[in-house]
Amino acid sequence: MRYAMAVDTKKCVGCSDCVVACQTENHVPIGYCRDWVVEVTDGTYPQLEIELRSERCNHCNNSPCVRCCPTGASHYSEGGIVLVTPNECIGCGACIASCPYDARYPHPDGYVDKCTFCIHRIKKGLKPACVAVCPTRCMYFGDLDDPKSEVSEVLKRRKHKTLIPEAGTSPQLYFLI
Amino acid sequence: MKEELIISGRMNDPIDPVLHIWSWEIPLYLFFGGLAAGILFFAALYVIQGKENQFPTAVRKAPILTPVLLIAGLLALFIDLHHKAYFWQLYTNIKLQSPMSWGAWTLMVVTPLSLIWAALSLKEFIPNWDWKLPWLIAFEAWCRKQLLSIAWLTLLFASILGIYTGILFSAFNARPLWNTSILGPLFLTSGLSTGAATIMLMSKDPAERKTFARIDLLLIAIELFLIVHMFMGFMASTQVQIDAARLFLGGEYTAPFWVFVVGMGLVVPAFLEVLELRKKHIPVVVPALLVLFGGIMMRFIIAYAGQASRWLY
Amino acid sequence: MTSRRDFIKIAGVSLGGMTAGGKAAYQAMANTLEKNSLDPTLLNRTPTYCEVCFWKCAGWVYKKPDGDIWKITGNPDDYNCNGRFCPRGTGGVGMYYDEDRLQTPLIREGKRGSQYYRKATWDEALDKVAEGMKKIAQEHGPECVALFNHGSGGTYFGHLMKAFGSPNIAAPSYAQCRGPREVAFLATFGEGVESPERTDIRDTRCLVLIGSHLGENMHNGQVQEMSDAIDKGATIITVDPRFSTAAGKSKFWLPIKPATDLALLLSWIHVIINEGWYDKDYVDKNTFGFDLLREHVQNMTPEWAYGITTIAPHIIRETAREMANASPAVIIHPGRHVTWYGDDSQRLRAVAILNAILGSWGRRGGYYNPDTLKLPEYPHPPFPTPQRTWREAFPGKYPLAGLALASGLCDATIPALTRNCSIKGWIVDGTNLIETLPNQKNTIEAIQNLDLLVVVDTMPMEITGWADVILPECTYLERYDTVRTGPHRQPQLALRMPAVAPRYDTKPASWMAKELAKRLGLEAYFAWESIEELIDWQLKQVGSSLAEMQRIGVKTFPRKYDDLYFNPAESYEFNTSTGKIELYSNEFANAGFDPIPNYTPHEEPPPGFYRLNYGRGPAHTFSRTSNNPNLTDIMDENVLWINPKVAQEWGIKPGQEIWLKNQDGVVSQFPIKARVTERIRWDSVYMVHGFGHDDKRLTRCYGKGASDTRMITKVHIDPVMGGTGMRGNFVTFLFEPETMEAKS
Ligand SMILES: Nc1nc2c(c(=O)[nH]1)N[C@H]1C(S)=C(S)[C@@H](COP(=O)(O)OP(=O)(O)OC[C@H]3O[C@@H](n4cnc5c(=O)[nH]c(N)nc54)[C@H](O)[C@@H]3O)O[C@H]1N2
Ligand SMILES: Nc1nc2c(c(=O)[nH]1)N[C@H]1C(S)=C(S)[C@@H](COP(=O)(O)OP(=O)(O)OC[C@H]3O[C@@H](n4cnc5c(=O)[nH]c(N)nc54)[C@H](O)[C@@H]3O)O[C@H]1N2
Ligand code: SF4
Ligand code: SF4
Ligand code: SF4
Ligand code: SF4
Ligand code: SF4
Ligand SMILES: [Mo]
Repeated sequence: MRYAMAVDTKKCVGCSDCVVACQTENHVPIGYCRDWVVEVTDGTYPQLEIELRSERCNHCNNSPCVRCCPTGASHYSEGGIVLVTPNECIGCGACIASCPYDARYPHPDGYVDKCTFCIHRIKKGLKPACVAVCPTRCMYFGDLDDPKSEVSEVLKRRKHKTLIPEAGTSPQLYFLI
Repeated sequence: MKEELIISGRMNDPIDPVLHIWSWEIPLYLFFGGLAAGILFFAALYVIQGKENQFPTAVRKAPILTPVLLIAGLLALFIDLHHKAYFWQLYTNIKLQSPMSWGAWTLMVVTPLSLIWAALSLKEFIPNWDWKLPWLIAFEAWCRKQLLSIAWLTLLFASILGIYTGILFSAFNARPLWNTSILGPLFLTSGLSTGAATIMLMSKDPAERKTFARIDLLLIAIELFLIVHMFMGFMASTQVQIDAARLFLGGEYTAPFWVFVVGMGLVVPAFLEVLELRKKHIPVVVPALLVLFGGIMMRFIIAYAGQASRWLY
Repeated sequence: MTSRRDFIKIAGVSLGGMTAGGKAAYQAMANTLEKNSLDPTLLNRTPTYCEVCFWKCAGWVYKKPDGDIWKITGNPDDYNCNGRFCPRGTGGVGMYYDEDRLQTPLIREGKRGSQYYRKATWDEALDKVAEGMKKIAQEHGPECVALFNHGSGGTYFGHLMKAFGSPNIAAPSYAQCRGPREVAFLATFGEGVESPERTDIRDTRCLVLIGSHLGENMHNGQVQEMSDAIDKGATIITVDPRFSTAAGKSKFWLPIKPATDLALLLSWIHVIINEGWYDKDYVDKNTFGFDLLREHVQNMTPEWAYGITTIAPHIIRETAREMANASPAVIIHPGRHVTWYGDDSQRLRAVAILNAILGSWGRRGGYYNPDTLKLPEYPHPPFPTPQRTWREAFPGKYPLAGLALASGLCDATIPALTRNCSIKGWIVDGTNLIETLPNQKNTIEAIQNLDLLVVVDTMPMEITGWADVILPECTYLERYDTVRTGPHRQPQLALRMPAVAPRYDTKPASWMAKELAKRLGLEAYFAWESIEELIDWQLKQVGSSLAEMQRIGVKTFPRKYDDLYFNPAESYEFNTSTGKIELYSNEFANAGFDPIPNYTPHEEPPPGFYRLNYGRGPAHTFSRTSNNPNLTDIMDENVLWINPKVAQEWGIKPGQEIWLKNQDGVVSQFPIKARVTERIRWDSVYMVHGFGHDDKRLTRCYGKGASDTRMITKVHIDPVMGGTGMRGNFVTFLFEPETMEAKS
């Protein structure tokens, strides 16, 4: 099993609902977030292009954050989901410094927090909160090892990219372009 | 024009707007670690070479500082932890791929060694010192007998510690400025150089001082070489590393780096040491303090600028 | 022959019948109510519909183990949201948790606007309001009390006003929003567009957005359907001087010169008629005035429009072709906030005409025929007949205004020699008039002439600072409300019930209105004992019940007629003077307006000034969310979009704070940060509406960003229906407040 997410940059409108929904679903304290939305505008008026991306932890296959964690608090869980166990985490910040995507933050309670792919929801057969709320339905989630999952299907059909593949992290958050 | 914005207003403290997860604690920890490693390295080296009497300060005096430095360093590390109650987790896990784990365990070995060195130095300062407890007295005697083995062990772990202070950063692929294998040798060299400077400061023996001035000069030359080499490496690398190097070549860290680290921390003391070797009367404290200052600044600046350097996407 | 007009009549009759039998039916079930209705505080999930904007999505409120609110998610059965809330709805929890909320009734001490209030009990506050209303009724007549409302509380206060004898009830959603569109579509098709819009976006093959910035305008169903359309490969054409998010999704973006859309629309009509691309059968069968229209647009060539709009002729032709290819599954979107330049009814007429000749009205992928289930009113005595209405305040003006004008009521409050009586009392429920009506000076002058200003709100917004009495409403998460009806492909009802008991000493509008009715001797109009009883009674009339709705939240009903789209085999009668779709409008002609629209040029910014453009940010609703803790986390201030060329000319750096000064010398109260971006033209600047709050009680948003409303001092009133055109204002930059000018 290999969980992955794909975000359609052609449909995303950058509304940030995914961020608000993640915050409420996961009790992310106000002032922090596990996901965020990037807008890239290129060109000169009126020859313009825009790309909108909802970003979060890439649940990298080869994740430096897991590697550099001195306690094993950062670990791979089922389906390759990268998780932090709060009471194994000493809050040293090494994983934060090691993530090229700045996907982690220290929770005010001390431990380091990040996107969990909403593992508590997936286990119940639900989609991650951000995927479930997105008004443009521009996010796909599922098991890459299952060729019939919606994420496998859409990646077969559409051109896509990952962020900073050259960092060698093998990210599992795909952007349809 | 290309415009890139986080439109959901991300302000994760201390990630945004630039990473600042590590402030003064980690660079200080690394500085103290490097300095202690430098002192222990020289102490061990001269014991192994059998030159204890030639270099009394290096072998018998300076080591007394090292446990203080290491404990202060560990304290800084502890202060840096956000989830302090779980500190012990560091010592219930060994993660070979994690430099943090590595460092914690190295310190676990080096700190007792430094205590031994300090204990053996104590009589230098308090000639009538008495351990009172018989087993401590026995232990001291045992240590003195095993000094050579202890010295070898110390040499090894002091080197590891010195390199570690650089590796901690260079293991972070995510920060282009740190992502260079030169940081290890550079920090090791800088640690040795600050160690030498400390010995110079403490030494009352002109011959010893002169030797250490020579050593320091050599170390400074190596550091300068490594720095030039590092920038050449960056400039010949990918855009992100070019951008990282630009932080020092016109970017916001240009003045502090070239003035404090290279100028005041390396070139000026080197010049003063050359003058002193040429028998010009230079008070030794000046170059030595400058070297220490440069060492601290280097760690702070590399720590901060590294966090400011990032991948583009 | 099926008549759309008959359809409306029939619907009316059947509802009347239901009301008559209502009371009897209620008696039969009254005693079963208790055990059927649920105690909300015991449920871990309660139904609601969202009040963060007026799309009214239905959803579920979930609670934490400690019984407090956790999250709100969409109800999958609801057509307005399909199980997905927009960011504002998801962040609605912040309305409940906002600690700056109004917490008790307040009575002003000291002079109006002085912001000096004392806490009062509900009895004191309501007595004072009733007293004030009675006094005005005695001295000037009940018509001199007006209600401004926007939101669900309007039902109850509206009912109270009608019982009291005043027809002066207005919402800013007409004259400041979609009024011109409704007027234009009524004149053309005999029916308005309504809300939610009847646009069949999900099945369209070509969607033309004229300044409708869907994606920033987060009206949920429309954004969702636009995305569905993108998936299905529909062509999107966006006409917007700004590179909107929607423009970024479009096959064609037409970066039009502001205020010239009418010329573009007329030239599209020209091309489509002259090339023979219109839907001939549909036009022959259903429209009136086609030849007059053809004649009218003969000179309005793409080349003519090019000179006005700066859109190249070949692009005009190409986009016309796209529309024609997709016809009838094409939507020239009518927009929603359309009060732009004062000729808005005419611009929207051109939109309606273009849709008509492409045959999209009543067609799949164009405009569907919506259906609504209206709930019967709880039995009450007939309303008294008012002696005067708001219309008399404007003799001969705005003849086609279908609803009361909020701006008009405001104007009618300022004494004038031509009027023998001005409005003396305002009840303001859920609308922040200071930031909502253009020309703040005018609004404040009107307020200064009032004998009574009552504000019902949840937050200490600007308008509350002027009130004599402030009645704090509990948020939508803490109350029952009118059952949501509303047009859609199939009629649906949605229930709002409290998820938790009200925080603080706050009450629902329904309770306030009933309490006031008691004090005004109008209790007969509020004969129900409790809101639960009222809702249950209404629901039982249509075959549901409170208990059922508490369980399911949303209930779908069958359509009364199977006419979602027109049947090509049938012919239809439209609710217009000719019974046809009027390309030539007799109604407009009779009222003295151009029966077919004409382009008239608008003023352009003077040198050194830029047109003030404004719009929506996806995570905020007007000014109502700007203090919401969850949503300020996403966006806590508005910024001023400036083209890089302009920024360079003025030496403005990204993020730099600047003040704005408009053509009338009005300076922004707070600085606004510059966003230097290619997404805006060099002749305009842009900001999101709803920021720059100046009430210090709003601790999160006080002084954040600038208020567009403050800069909108010149209003271009639509002579057809009184809409307030707000986009004809120009601003320049100041680097220091008021004193020094940056550049001369
Ligand atoms: N300058 C400018 N003016 C505009 C517009 C613009 O874009 N720019 N847009 C226009 C348009 S399209 C519209 S529709 C109008 C909208 O105008 P309004 O509806 O007046 O807009 P808001 O600013 O959201 O004001 C809503 C008020 O309702 C209060 N409120 C929120 N929830 C509740 C509740 O549950 N109960 C009660 N009693 N009060 C509540 C809020 O605190 C706030 O004071 O504005 C128009 N005016
Ligand atoms: N997130 C969010 N969504 C909302 C609301 C909200 O408050 N927040 N409010 C809702 C309400 S009540 C309404 S009425 C709607 C309003 O939403 P819309 O009807 O979609 O928006 P407008 O405010 O009319 O239009 C704003 C757009 O018009 C463009 N524009 C400006 N001048 C011109 C011009 O001369 N020509 C053309 N072609 N375009 C021009 C602007 O650049 C901007 O992109 O939004 C609704 N949706
Ligand atoms: S909710 Fe969907 S459309 Fe909105 S920003 Fe997130 S991914 Fe984009
Ligand atoms: S994105 Fe960052 S936090 Fe997530 S797995 Fe990759 S390296 Fe770790
Ligand atoms: S902060 Fe926590 S999760 Fe991150 S590396 Fe340190 S111990 Fe591991
Ligand atoms: S998957 Fe869950 S935790 Fe991750 S960003 Fe989405 S909502 Fe947040
Ligand atoms: S569109 Fe958004 S704010 Fe409006 S009612 Fe729906 S969820 Fe609420
Ligand atoms: Mo509106």
